[in-house]
Amino acid sequence: MLRLLLTLLMLIPLATQASEGEFFLTAKPAEQAQLLESWAAQPDSARLSLLENLRQGRIAADDTRKVRLNNRLRGLIDNALASHQLLSDNSATRLAAAQQLQKSAQPAQMAFLDRRFALEVDPAVHAALGLALANLQLGASEPAVRLAAVRLLGETGDPLARTRLEALLQPNAETDPGVRTAAETSLAQVQRKLLVGELLGQAFSGLSLGSILLLAALGLAITFGLLGVINMAHGEMLMLGAYSTYMVQVLLQRYAPGAIEFYPLIALPVAFTVSAGVGMALERTVIRHLYGRPLETLLATWGISLILIQAIRLLFGAQNVEVSNPAWLSGGIQLLPNLVLPYNRLVIIGFALAVVLLTWLLLNRTRLGLNVRAVTQNRNMAACCGVSTGRVDMLAFGLGSGIAGLGGVALSQVGNVGPDLGQSYIIDSFLVVVLGGVGQLAGSLWAAFGLGIANKLLEPQIGAVLGKILILALIILFIQKRPQGLFALKGRVID
Amino acid sequence: MNQPLLVTATQKAGPRLTLAIGAIAVLLLVALPLLSLLPADHALQVSAYTLTLVGKILCYAIVALALDLVWGYAGLLSLGHGLFFALGGYAMGMYLMRQAAGDGLPGFMTFLSWSELPWYWAGTEHFAWALCLVVLAPGLLALVFGWFAFRSRIKGVYFSIMTQALTFAGMLLFFRNETGFGGNNGFTSFRTILGFDIAAQGTRAVLFLLTVGLLLASLYLCRCLTRSKFGRLLTAVRDAENRLMFCGYDPRGFKLLVWVLSAVLCGLAGALYVPQVGIINPSEMSPTNSIEAAVWVALGGRGTLIGPLLGAGLVNGMKSWFTVAFPEFWLFFLGALFILVTLYLPKGVVGLLKKRSQP
Repeated sequence: MLRLLLTLLMLIPLATQASEGEFFLTAKPAEQAQLLESWAAQPDSARLSLLENLRQGRIAADDTRKVRLNNRLRGLIDNALASHQLLSDNSATRLAAAQQLQKSAQPAQMAFLDRRFALEVDPAVHAALGLALANLQLGASEPAVRLAAVRLLGETGDPLARTRLEALLQPNAETDPGVRTAAETSLAQVQRKLLVGELLGQAFSGLSLGSILLLAALGLAITFGLLGVINMAHGEMLMLGAYSTYMVQVLLQRYAPGAIEFYPLIALPVAFTVSAGVGMALERTVIRHLYGRPLETLLATWGISLILIQAIRLLFGAQNVEVSNPAWLSGGIQLLPNLVLPYNRLVIIGFALAVVLLTWLLLNRTRLGLNVRAVTQNRNMAACCGVSTGRVDMLAFGLGSGIAGLGGVALSQVGNVGPDLGQSYIIDSFLVVVLGGVGQLAGSLWAAFGLGIANKLLEPQIGAVLGKILILALIILFIQKRPQGLFALKGRVID
Repeated sequence: MNQPLLVTATQKAGPRLTLAIGAIAVLLLVALPLLSLLPADHALQVSAYTLTLVGKILCYAIVALALDLVWGYAGLLSLGHGLFFALGGYAMGMYLMRQAAGDGLPGFMTFLSWSELPWYWAGTEHFAWALCLVVLAPGLLALVFGWFAFRSRIKGVYFSIMTQALTFAGMLLFFRNETGFGGNNGFTSFRTILGFDIAAQGTRAVLFLLTVGLLLASLYLCRCLTRSKFGRLLTAVRDAENRLMFCGYDPRGFKLLVWVLSAVLCGLAGALYVPQVGIINPSEMSPTNSIEAAVWVALGGRGTLIGPLLGAGLVNGMKSWFTVAFPEFWLFFLGALFILVTLYLPKGVVGLLKKRSQP
């Protein structure tokens, strides 16, 4: 009965779109699926708008009746739509459609794809269609066609090609020995390409983690090198920076929606000022009184961090707040089929390097930097030469905290912003400082990227937790060899 | 409140009164579990809640004492003592879980559909082996970590950071279900210990008395240690390690010994903590807990033996009151305590008392 109905439908090319839509709306899900499959195999450009509407869950833009869809039907609609879009004049649309068909095409569409493949002029679409066709030809009855398809699939670095080839190599799946060997070589090729993509991806996320660690540890390295104290509230400076970003975003949304696209840029000076201000206030009120007692400073700053966390929790709530990426930071560059570099992470890597450069310039090319270096190397001698060490301490502490604030802006673009944000990075950034050596920019740079990449490369092999533990063990072993870190200041002072 | 009164009293009577106060405190602690055995309607009856709370604080006091031994005397601020405490607790918890499970697997393992015990659970059904583990697990970890750390002369804040990273790594490890220690939930719903019902008043009273006993024993041990030549050496390590080396001593051995001893004390405290409180989970290893222990010691007074006990009692007493009365403000208070103690009470409460008595 149904089959008859469908054949009738096919035979009447005059059947208008509206009646097809009506028919689809009243049909049972199984019939709807069959209908979609037949549409996908026999595309008709007049049906395009109906399919586009179906994807929105309706049969026409002005029709209020809802079409009930399940996931299977949605997939079939996507497939049928892609089939129809192949008829489009726009080559970008055709390319997207061909890529969709690589994933979803059904054997019934083969004849149609074959026709389009012969007609296609755009080389990119031609290649994409060829792959979509090759996927289907794996099920062809002639071994020669299958062989060609298998060879073609070997050229790609697509994860889907791997699953298809693996399915073909299952026992009893492929009988022809020639095709089998070809499939094995193709599979090896695909896996090699995928491996390259995976390794590059891991290295990239390692760089990204490293850049964040760098921003977190840079300020810490300065204050630790200068004052010899560990600032346990340093993580909270990151958090303050991230919350400043959130506040800037909210205020801009309310008062200047036009500038919302550039809120991370506006947030940078705000976050720097807030964190640096809080840092200098802390130095003046608490840390100043504890010089020469590093362990007590550690405890006092831990107390400060508890107070800051709880204050933020009371002000903004214990839940994470929502900080969204502006349009120019979302999306990414697709380098390989399984390797996408997100823009926000790329920008943060660049930003971290820029911050390092600025800090280096500040420390090596300005009066303040000269004073900071002098106090770091020999506090008493610097004081004798007329350097106001108290002022230098305060400014350097503000600088370190401010850099952490900048790190907070960067973090807010890639991670969750919540009261505990700082806690999750503080231990790692301490390890960066320990590994890199105190007060050394170059050391922090190498240690941060090294730790980031090591973390991310170990993660898939032995899991995130065991990777962290292994890295900790490695650091302890490393310190056996170089107790002062990677880059140590040479000196002859002993206490 | 009545502290100034106490101060003046100590001033006048000196060491004899201190001794008397100590004796009264011990008597009270011994009387507490006996009072809890009275019938429920008796006026002097101590509730199970109070007994558990005080027992818990006593366990923390042992941790504070152990931390004071390494920090106050040897100058090594450990931010990872929570790890040793939790390891001792987990070792005892393994035995308790086996007791609760009988011949079968502990509940969380059947939940993960494991068919047999992991190798490191072997023998945990025997109480004696569990006791060995309570000592061995923290002791060996401390030995290995300390050997490497002291060999490369890591000290000061570096040492603190490494210990903090160590306990953090431990926490992450125990949070995993695959580690085989109950993951997130840890161990709970214990039933019996050595065949006695763990929730019974009698068992609780005995556990409490054991805790008091351990506290007194470790106090005595620490007193002997710190009064001996060994104690003088530790103080020298704290104050001028280089000069000690120039005098021909090798400080590594002393540091390692006191470090391992401190870890073992923490493990024992953890082992007594778990049956009394009835739960152990990885959050005991969080860096926050370990650093909180440092403020107990700092508040009470480092480098004294009574100080840490006072500090642990005061902070935890206030904590249990605050978290009921003003839960939002506890962290503010704790944070302020950290700052004020380090700024204004470098020698803690005990230092305050001593200063008044020796004008």
